[in-house]
Amino acid sequence: MERDYPGRVSLSPASANPPAGSARPASAILSIDTSVGTAVSIVESDGVVLSVAASPNPLGHAEVIGGLLVRALAEASLTAAGIAHVAAGMGPGPFTGLRVGIAAARTFAQGRGVPVVPVVSHDAIALEVFLADALTDAETPRFAVVTDARRREFAYSVYDGIDDDGLPIRSAGPELIARDALDERLAALGARRHDAAAVPAAMLGLAASRALGAGRTIGPDDALYLRSPDVTVSAGPKRVTP
Amino acid sequence: MNRDEPLVLGIETSCDETGIGIVRGRTLLSNTIASSMEEHARYGGVVPEVAARAHLEALQPAIAAALAEASVSLDELDAVAVTSGPGLAGALMVGIGAAKALAVSLDRPLYAVNHLVGHIAADILDADAPPIEYPTVALLVSGGHTSLLLVRDLTTDVELLGETVDDAAGEAFDKVARLLGLPYPGGPEIDRAARDGDPTAIPFPRGLSRASDMDKHRYDFSFSGLKTAVARFTEQQQAAGVEVPVADVAASFREAVVDVLITKALDACARFDVPRLLLGGGVIANRRLREVATLRADAAGVALRIPPLSLCTDNGAMIAGLAAELIRSGRPASTLGFGADSTLPVTEIQVAEDLDAGGGR
Ligand SMILES: [Zn+2]
Repeated sequence: MERDYPGRVSLSPASANPPAGSARPASAILSIDTSVGTAVSIVESDGVVLSVAASPNPLGHAEVIGGLLVRALAEASLTAAGIAHVAAGMGPGPFTGLRVGIAAARTFAQGRGVPVVPVVSHDAIALEVFLADALTDAETPRFAVVTDARRREFAYSVYDGIDDDGLPIRSAGPELIARDALDERLAALGARRHDAAAVPAAMLGLAASRALGAGRTIGPDDALYLRSPDVTVSAGPKRVTP
Repeated sequence: MNRDEPLVLGIETSCDETGIGIVRGRTLLSNTIASSMEEHARYGGVVPEVAARAHLEALQPAIAAALAEASVSLDELDAVAVTSGPGLAGALMVGIGAAKALAVSLDRPLYAVNHLVGHIAADILDADAPPIEYPTVALLVSGGHTSLLLVRDLTTDVELLGETVDDAAGEAFDKVARLLGLPYPGGPEIDRAARDGDPTAIPFPRGLSRASDMDKHRYDFSFSGLKTAVARFTEQQQAAGVEVPVADVAASFREAVVDVLITKALDACARFDVPRLLLGGGVIANRRLREVATLRADAAGVALRIPPLSLCTDNGAMIAGLAAELIRSGRPASTLGFGADSTLPVTEIQVAEDLDAGGGR
């Protein structure tokens, strides 16, 4: 899928990229994911990774998101003006943190007047698995990406290879399952278990670039909470007199 | 950056209103509010997760609507402002994530500010009123907070005199409305039900108003005992086979809330020798509260200020307005490392001020 992009920047952050406001058109993809930790990355539209900035902390998304954005831009030697698309990891993930990244992706895109590209966060993890196996020419058997969903549940998605556009084929999920029921389910599906404690933002960006290249929409518009809000409709006021 | 008349966009997501405000200096250009109140109605109160989900969906369209109303574009902005706290943590985080990314994408300074002090700043945006004078006592009453403040200077010196030790006044309205079989939100419903009621019919208690409370809780509020008293009264009526006099209960309950709020506020004015009282928060929409405040402030020789109701309820304009005042007074922007602080003290008017920057980025 090698194409010639005008003004393509080199892989090395130390290279002499033109500063902000230069004449070359914006082409990079900023990706943001807060479904597990907080991860930010910038890739060129052809998938070349320009920068990665991440915090593995499963909390503190709101605290670190701004600093990580600044760092990712600096390490890519870009300003916000160099961003042409914003890829958003839509989850699944625990809701409080997940929202921070989606909100950030949407307003960053709004600030630049560029589109948001929603991506299922598990797809980024799956893409990394496929690329790693491809490097060693290994076959990738059917597998399931598994992430912590808290409350004694896992979120999982099952993958069956990669399609002609270079995108992972998700055959099941994302879904929630009780932790002690996961292995039985995966055995029934014939899927190898792949636990992940982080979402590689660069893979999110790569998935977005491949989707854009193929003119496809691969993620949902709304956050993948996979859970209803915790609310109970009150049965009415409690009595105070005995 | 234009320091005299900064163009600021403010984001407020501390409770159930997604507020986007745009101001130019002290001039209000847009006060756009998307409320999730209806989604909370069947639960009888604000559900934090429902509110936070609604913020995420409302933010982008609300920003677009505010820009359109103000006839400005994002790249004209001098700064972005956001509520850091106090409020619902999960709800605040949505606004903070959004504000940080917006500030970075526009390469503009970000001001993280205190929601309660924002309520005071709302008054500045009232084009029809003369400039606010300091010091002033401020009474902020909503579904999320009930606070009495002494404001010596909006950007540097705000002191918490007292606050509720249990329910917020707005919450008390919601809970008593439910006791009386009235829908959510309770404030307007109680107001309506009380119209033909006698406010002196039932002597409901005034929380933390005894002589023995004056030592420690002179300016604090408590509404849970009042709510229990209303519940006990209605249960006794029902047990006795008597129809509950809803109008009298509503009027007497409302009077108890209003009385304690205004008594304590005017007591603070007298004690600190400050003949000015500013009201803020959504409960100010309550007609009886404004009536009693007007009458009694007048009798006490206290000048009363009530901003337009659209600026009293939670909104982004007050957040933008406070940031504009911070910019006018030469304060540097916030660093990007702050988070949501659900119990942010009112003394922290601005959060994460970048002291190394010395006057903006
Ligand atoms: Zn408020």
